[in-house]
Amino acid sequence: MRPILMKGHERPLTFLKYNRDGDLLFSCAKDHNPTVWFADNGERLGTYRGHNGAVWCCDVSRDSMRLITGSADQTAKLWNVQTGQQLFTFNFDSPARSVDFAVGDKLAVITTDPFMELSSAIHVKLIARDTSDQTGDSILVIKGPQGRINRAIWGPLNKTIISAGEDAVIRIWDSETGKLLKEADKESGHKKTITSLAKSADGSHFLTGSLDKSAKLWDARSLSLIKTYVTERPVNAVAMSPLLDHVVLGGGQDASAVTTTDHRAGKFEAKFFDKILQEEIGGVKGHFGPINALAFNPDGKSFSSGGEDGYVRLHHFDPDYFNIKI
Amino acid sequence: MASQNPSQPAKLRWGELEEDDGEDLDFLLPPRQVIGPDENGIKKVIEYKFNEDGNKVKITTTTRTRKLANARLSKRAIERRSWAKFGDAVHEDVGSRLTMVSTEEILLERPRAPGSKQEEPKAAGDPLAQFQKGAVLMVCRTCGKKGDHWTSRCPYKDLAQPMEGFTDKPAASEAATAASGPTKGAYVPPGMRAGAERTAGSDMRRRNDENSVRVTNLSEDTREADLLELFRPFGAVSRVYVALDQRTQVSRGFGFVNFVNREDAQRAINKLNGYGYDSLILRVEWATPRAN
Repeated sequence: MRPILMKGHERPLTFLKYNRDGDLLFSCAKDHNPTVWFADNGERLGTYRGHNGAVWCCDVSRDSMRLITGSADQTAKLWNVQTGQQLFTFNFDSPARSVDFAVGDKLAVITTDPFMELSSAIHVKLIARDTSDQTGDSILVIKGPQGRINRAIWGPLNKTIISAGEDAVIRIWDSETGKLLKEADKESGHKKTITSLAKSADGSHFLTGSLDKSAKLWDARSLSLIKTYVTERPVNAVAMSPLLDHVVLGGGQDASAVTTTDHRAGKFEAKFFDKILQEEIGGVKGHFGPINALAFNPDGKSFSSGGEDGYVRLHHFDPDYFNIKI
Repeated sequence: MASQNPSQPAKLRWGELEEDDGEDLDFLLPPRQVIGPDENGIKKVIEYKFNEDGNKVKITTTTRTRKLANARLSKRAIERRSWAKFGDAVHEDVGSRLTMVSTEEILLERPRAPGSKQEEPKAAGDPLAQFQKGAVLMVCRTCGKKGDHWTSRCPYKDLAQPMEGFTDKPAASEAATAASGPTKGAYVPPGMRAGAERTAGSDMRRRNDENSVRVTNLSEDTREADLLELFRPFGAVSRVYVALDQRTQVSRGFGFVNFVNREDAQRAINKLNGYGYDSLILRVEWATPRAN
């Protein structure tokens, strides 16, 4: 395959997200402008101007009309996807790390970093259908875990919120009361910071990637460990194919260590694993730095990766990918 | 073609205008005709033009627009296609080249070549069967477990220190394992300590010379990793060593490869003796046992 290289960002990529139809790709980077691209040919559709800090995460509504972004400028913003217009700004007292729309797009979960004696928190916001009714009040604030919460997503039927972060523990919270329902087993869980979390297409299970050089597959209801994928580099990003039983892990050594070692040791490929057999299928090379973001097109026929090198690489699979046998 | 024609008058420079002012007889031509597109997507454009000799020429351009078979976009997605650009994308000039197709063909690199899989278990299975009879034990260099698995299949290999043994400095890494052998309190001579510069002599003495193959006439650029790559196809390799000059750290042009199986070593000798490698002709033979 010949990947499409998209060089719209000047700083390292942080997050990638496809809309539900798979025709738009949203990219967030440490420069301040989230960007939307056409996912088939990589043409840039527009940028969302207004943030004043690194943008860590984004999510797009099911109808592809609203975009929510969380940024280090201590805000999360709602955008009109089509025009790039800012609709609303949620102000926080610390950087917003992760955002996720609930099923139905009526709620959003936003996590904020620990900052200036403030502990990290998970905020649940109501998203009004009409922007003029939008308020910035949180309907629920969950505090408790130590360290950054790198990812918080909605569980099945919006009943729970699944969070993971620096303390390497995955937690399931009640999304109405904010009570801690489950905590991942210390024995089988990750040993280092969890950097990424990706839900399966049907939401029944999810994948976490961690700096302990492994990715783990969990049941979204019972929080039982299903599979472990072991690799030889810290995992910064994970994605799951909606079409085949494949998982993709991206990572590489810490960006600060890149210059101190041999280029081959960096291991900047995206590694494909068989979801069930936990065996490595192959690797896709190309980035000059660690992979920070991965996303699978909802049709399963292409995926994109975003790296520390500022490039988004959009890969459309060759036909032989679809009948790979282990 | 069709889009070019109407835009042409606007683009004309005054210099050119003057030049063919006299012979601009385009108004005499019949107007441009567009037929279609019909149900097959075929569109015909008929234009008339004067050629260089002043003759009237009829140009018919037939184009067919085809729908891509696999374009299963939703209505909304098609609508989004025509959305106007916004943000920084508005002022994007054609030359900015934000989106490029990689010139390099990137493949999904398989950890093993497809098809090589069947051979591997066989090769590993053979010595395994041998050992079950109570012969030599296989020792994993990563976790130190005996008789359970080969180093390459060690389940703990990701937990252990990154094994750089074959890439850069085998002597040091082996020294480390040797040093970890005795109990912590025991005295370890400086020469045997981890990280110590080892002389080739003492290093060699410890080695068992079983199934050892000497490779000579190596190029200076050949490293252990290269040798391993060269010899691994013949069977399980237990050690690779390239002699380096103590002072300059330049290869002295010879090395040793130990095989687990004698047959594999013999096959390697048969095959690689006289093999052209890095513009030199290799000499591969059984290593003569050390006389001490």
